Amino acid sequence: MNQVLTPPAIQLSAVALDKTYRKGPEEVNVLRGVNLDVRRGEFLSIIGRSGSGKSTLLHLLGLLDSPDIGEIRLEGKRIDHLPAKTRDQLRNRVFGFVFQFYHLLPELTVLENVLSPLMIRYSSWEYWKRRKELQDKAQEMIQEVGLSHRLKHRPNQLSGGEMQRAAIARSLVSEPEILLADEPTGNLDVETGKGIIELLNRLNSERQLTIMMVTHDEAIAERAQRIVRLSKGQIENIRERAAG
Amino acid sequence: MYKTLLCQRYLRTRFIALASIISVMLGVATMIVVNSVMSGFSSQMRDRIHGLLADVVIESHSYDGVSDPDLQIRIAREVADDYIEAITPTVEVYGMLNFNFAGQWITKPVTLIGIEPEGKAKVGPLRSFLDSYNPVYEDNQIARQALRPDSEQPNWNLSKDAVEYRREKIDRQKWYEEQLAAMEQADTPLIDPAAATSKTDAPEEAMPNDPFADPFGDSKAAGKDSAPADPYALMDGRVYVGVGLVSYPYRDPETGKMKTMMMARPGDDVKISTVTAGRPPSHAAYQATIVDVFKSGMTEYDSNLVFCNLDELQEVRGMLSPATGKRAITSLHIKLKDYTQASDVVERLKSAFPPDQFVVKTWEQKQGPLLAAVEVESAILNVLLFLIIAVAGFGILAIFYMIVVEKTRDIGILKALGASSSGIMSIFLSYGLSLGVVGSGVGVVLGLLFVHYINEIEDVITWVTGRKVFDETIYYFPEIPTAVHPSMVISVALGAMLIAVLASVFPARRAARMHPVESLRRD
Repeated sequence: MNQVLTPPAIQLSAVALDKTYRKGPEEVNVLRGVNLDVRRGEFLSIIGRSGSGKSTLLHLLGLLDSPDIGEIRLEGKRIDHLPAKTRDQLRNRVFGFVFQFYHLLPELTVLENVLSPLMIRYSSWEYWKRRKELQDKAQEMIQEVGLSHRLKHRPNQLSGGEMQRAAIARSLVSEPEILLADEPTGNLDVETGKGIIELLNRLNSERQLTIMMVTHDEAIAERAQRIVRLSKGQIENIRERAAG
Repeated sequence: MYKTLLCQRYLRTRFIALASIISVMLGVATMIVVNSVMSGFSSQMRDRIHGLLADVVIESHSYDGVSDPDLQIRIAREVADDYIEAITPTVEVYGMLNFNFAGQWITKPVTLIGIEPEGKAKVGPLRSFLDSYNPVYEDNQIARQALRPDSEQPNWNLSKDAVEYRREKIDRQKWYEEQLAAMEQADTPLIDPAAATSKTDAPEEAMPNDPFADPFGDSKAAGKDSAPADPYALMDGRVYVGVGLVSYPYRDPETGKMKTMMMARPGDDVKISTVTAGRPPSHAAYQATIVDVFKSGMTEYDSNLVFCNLDELQEVRGMLSPATGKRAITSLHIKLKDYTQASDVVERLKSAFPPDQFVVKTWEQKQGPLLAAVEVESAILNVLLFLIIAVAGFGILAIFYMIVVEKTRDIGILKALGASSSGIMSIFLSYGLSLGVVGSGVGVVLGLLFVHYINEIEDVITWVTGRKVFDETIYYFPEIPTAVHPSMVISVALGAMLIAVLASVFPARRAARMHPVESLRRD
């Protein structure tokens, strides 16, 4: 059915994912046999109501959680069963995360927040040796998201849009292959949200960055190339947006 | 890198962390201060306890003693000559010290120790305790210079000041006697004739300090040095008395300061009664002149001991063998070259001095209960103080737990960014360690400063509360003694750091085990 050489190749896939959370006495079956292939360089959005399991799917794909049944495959290799250390490294190098509530570290400045994935990646000694280069890289990213004037500010001194930009810069600084965005506009007004989506679009087209975005906003979801609709833990449909 | 950065930021931005630093700091500072004071105290105490005692003492069970000191010394030297630096014979016996003060007789039970001053000075410090060899301080100023040069061997002669005092006193007494006699002659009918006629005997009661008085009649002192020779001559008995025996402290009503009232001083005569050797022992008494007052700082010694001249005591007690003319002694005081070998020496001496007749003891064994009490005291204090730091440790635990709960989301973020569980754990462990390091560092500085300025601090507290915290009349210390041992400071600091780290292990593990998704969901 599939032609092996047909580009764009499958980069990340979810195979028959099942996930159940325990909430007090009852069990909630959040995902029920979800299969999804993500192509390299595509902008995919996952849409669904609250509780449809879209965030859980994103977390499973990004190795923040592990499925009860099923597999996560990166470039055809299973990654969800790897040892914790290796999964930590994959999270650090392959995936970039953007969250609804920005999740910047309040004690650190914008620059330090952006640098944090690199600090985590390198040992203190190596980081110290390469700090100039790494800082330049972080500043470049900050410039790209348009926050150069906010380098030394703390998150609580920024507006919501700025915080989300800083979070995006942080997710990009480690040069990930896949960006996972969980409701990146959910906490922003429409106008600012639009700006964020434009930024994501630009990154997608300029850097060939694979982006998976979870949203409940139809208008936002429409900006992606493919739209996956999730309902009650199952994929309702996958729709390709008309080119244009 | 993020660990250090975050750890440092958490330290700087968490006011609550300051609380745990302060608790560690106070614990460390208290422990250093108390330990320094305790060890200062106990080393001073040991010095003082040791002070008048020789390193090793051989005592006979019987007050009769054993004959021939030279022979005994030879026996001791035979078995342990390599270890012995000096050895001196003494006679120890209980007695009574009687002296007149302000018209009334004062009697005190004492331990009489007959010594040869030169020999005694060789087996232990004597000069540093004798009043005439040391300057007198008042309010940290020298109020009186030392009366004798340090080069002078301790002896049974009066110092110049004491000689003058004695002359003046005897002259005054003579004048008083003459006045009294004159009054009596002019006024005979009003007074009992007996008092007027028996002039040489009666004043003894009225004027008790008369050097020629001999209330018991069995001492040879009065008879031998008959009056015409030298009216100022000293008694044959000479004594060093403990300061506690002849003085009492009182509060100066004008200045409110504690002062010492001397009831008898060098140059005065006292009466000493004791028991004779032989069976059964009978009463013996003689007169003696106070040559010096000693102050060892140990109340037990200062208000109990009287050192007297050995030969006089032996004569009074009849410790002379009529056949050989050899004298008897009750104990030998020995100074060792190296005190660490004391137990070895004691063993050797025990083999030479049979236990049915003699006891051989080191000074530590003699004062065992007292030294043990000091040790137990400081051990208990250390346990209590360690509990203070343990309390600080639980404080850290609680505070850390709060911080971990507060930082749950951040921990989730860090995990999402690829931080490992061990990395998260080490943030909190190093946080705990830095709290410990900073806390104990500041604590050490604070503690050492406190120890250094402890007397000034005591003055301030005294001034504020109006109550003397450290009363020198109780402790005999002019100021609070302290001794800082580097090993103690280091172990306290390390202990505090260890406790801080241990206290952070539990919260750190909790942080490390957090599930990233659940942590992120908390908002």
